[in-house]
Amino acid sequence: MEVKEIIRPENLVYRRTPLMTDANLSYCPGCGHGTVHRLIMEVVEEMGIQEDTIGIAPVGCSVLAYDFMNIDCTQAAHGRAPAVATGIKRLWPDKYVFTYQGDGDLAAIGTAETIHACNRGENITIFFVNNGIYGMTGGQMAPTTLEGMKSSTSPYGRNNATMGPPYKITEMVAQLEGVHYVTRQAVHKPGPVRKAKKAIRKALELQKENKGLSLIEFVSNCNSGWKMTPNDSNTWMEENMFPFYPMGDI
Amino acid sequence: MKELALMKGNEAIAEAAIRAGVDGYFGYPITPQSEVMEYLMLQKPEERTGMVVLQAESEVASINMLYGAAGTGKKVMTSSSSPGISLMQEGISYIAGAELPCLIVNVVRGGPGLGTIQPSQADYFQSTKGGGHGDYRLIVLAPASVQEMADFVDLGFELAFKYRNPALILTDGLIGQMMEKVELSPQKERVTEFDQSWVTTGKTKDRERNIITSLNLDPDLQYEHNLKLQAKYKSMEQDVMFEKTECDDADFLLVAYGSSARICQKVVEMARSRGKKVGLLRPQTLFPFPSVELARMARKVKGMMAVELSAGQMVEDVKLAVNGRIPVSHYGMVGGKIHSPDDVLNELEKKYIGGY
Repeated sequence: MEVKEIIRPENLVYRRTPLMTDANLSYCPGCGHGTVHRLIMEVVEEMGIQEDTIGIAPVGCSVLAYDFMNIDCTQAAHGRAPAVATGIKRLWPDKYVFTYQGDGDLAAIGTAETIHACNRGENITIFFVNNGIYGMTGGQMAPTTLEGMKSSTSPYGRNNATMGPPYKITEMVAQLEGVHYVTRQAVHKPGPVRKAKKAIRKALELQKENKGLSLIEFVSNCNSGWKMTPNDSNTWMEENMFPFYPMGDI
Repeated sequence: MKELALMKGNEAIAEAAIRAGVDGYFGYPITPQSEVMEYLMLQKPEERTGMVVLQAESEVASINMLYGAAGTGKKVMTSSSSPGISLMQEGISYIAGAELPCLIVNVVRGGPGLGTIQPSQADYFQSTKGGGHGDYRLIVLAPASVQEMADFVDLGFELAFKYRNPALILTDGLIGQMMEKVELSPQKERVTEFDQSWVTTGKTKDRERNIITSLNLDPDLQYEHNLKLQAKYKSMEQDVMFEKTECDDADFLLVAYGSSARICQKVVEMARSRGKKVGLLRPQTLFPFPSVELARMARKVKGMMAVELSAGQMVEDVKLAVNGRIPVSHYGMVGGKIHSPDDVLNELEKKYIGGY
């Protein structure tokens, strides 16, 4: 069989969504960010809402998310993405507005903006990538760093007594009236990827129905920051992160 | 027929905002400017024009709501007072860096820190020299009456959109709280067409995606961006505004803006009644600053005195404009106290008129 006989539409099993740009991803090989980007863009493509979608990029590893997502984007100051999204959504209630944030951005410096956007029930979607570390600045301790976990600012491991324990902001905001859908997902294996994509679709569908805020936490790895191989980081994540940050709807 | 009203300065800003066709206001309460949001909420602008008014959880949040909304091309504004404006500085720097039009109102109170709720002009440096990080400038308007509080809302948006730059109304608790007669402008329609070359309203098929950001990791690009910004700030000089009182034959010139200018108008009257030739130059724009006119006046008068409710901030710009040609001094009150016309006149006589 010749190659040209194989390359046919009916044989196509996978393609990259055109909503991802041709720019090379700036993420470390093995990192979950690229997968989460792709899933969101696939859903935006499948829902046919590219012309009505505005993304908010944070400060952190995904500060350049707008280089990779072929949609209109606004880059927010550190932690302020939910406020930026609020400003857009309030004036453009028919548009789809999402933020894409890391744990330092959402759960430390942006705690107030996160909680109040959730409490007001802003009709936006928050995509929250939790890898338990500040990746971009070189692996410092994050609000979600596990007890005993080493980072560049907790080199002997996180000491809950002096540094405070990690906290589950996703469970916290789930208590708020304005929050409609909260779920925790992962993207390290094909099964979780399929589930995560369904969750993204559900969250964006809920925006169309004006149901209030939805938040999806993706527990992810940071193989560079954790100083592990990609494979080892995924195993470590399953064994250590998942028990503290359990998967599923909250 | 003229539509006249008796209003507080803060209320005039709010009413003018509705009439200017503003799309959104995001704010947080702080004395002495809370009347702006209170008036807006009372007026139900969502029914009058469809304007959105939202009370944010902090000034940090409100300025970032403004940033997001301004990036979609809508007419949006916030207001606050000194400590709240300090909290906004990060966001203002981002808005300036991303070149977004919007309007910010600072009803200044005395500082530093929590300071006092009494009027002050001690935020001049913060307003005209940057305030946040990086080389950026705001368009700064300085109203001296309730009428100008109303008029400068429209003017602020006009200039903000002309230059795609944040505009700031720099006023104080005195102008914000006092009541005066004001002639209101007719209601403007809210804008429904947006410049698709830069707004983030969703990427349509006929254009590339738009990105609102102040980030350029490549120093060559950030360098070019900064040069472009500086050229823009330079070009704003064409929109400088000032008002001159009794300047044609003046020997001495007072330079004052906002509430201090109101006091100095009286000083000019009092000095003239005593046969002293004193004039007043009142900058209505503090950035761009009327440097060219002050340099011109420096060839005509014997001395200038900058009168401000601060320890001496605008006086530095007056000195730069005059460039040593004639003596320039400062007189001012600090900490929320206000000088009387007598105080100013005594100082003027002591410094210049008596001594010359």
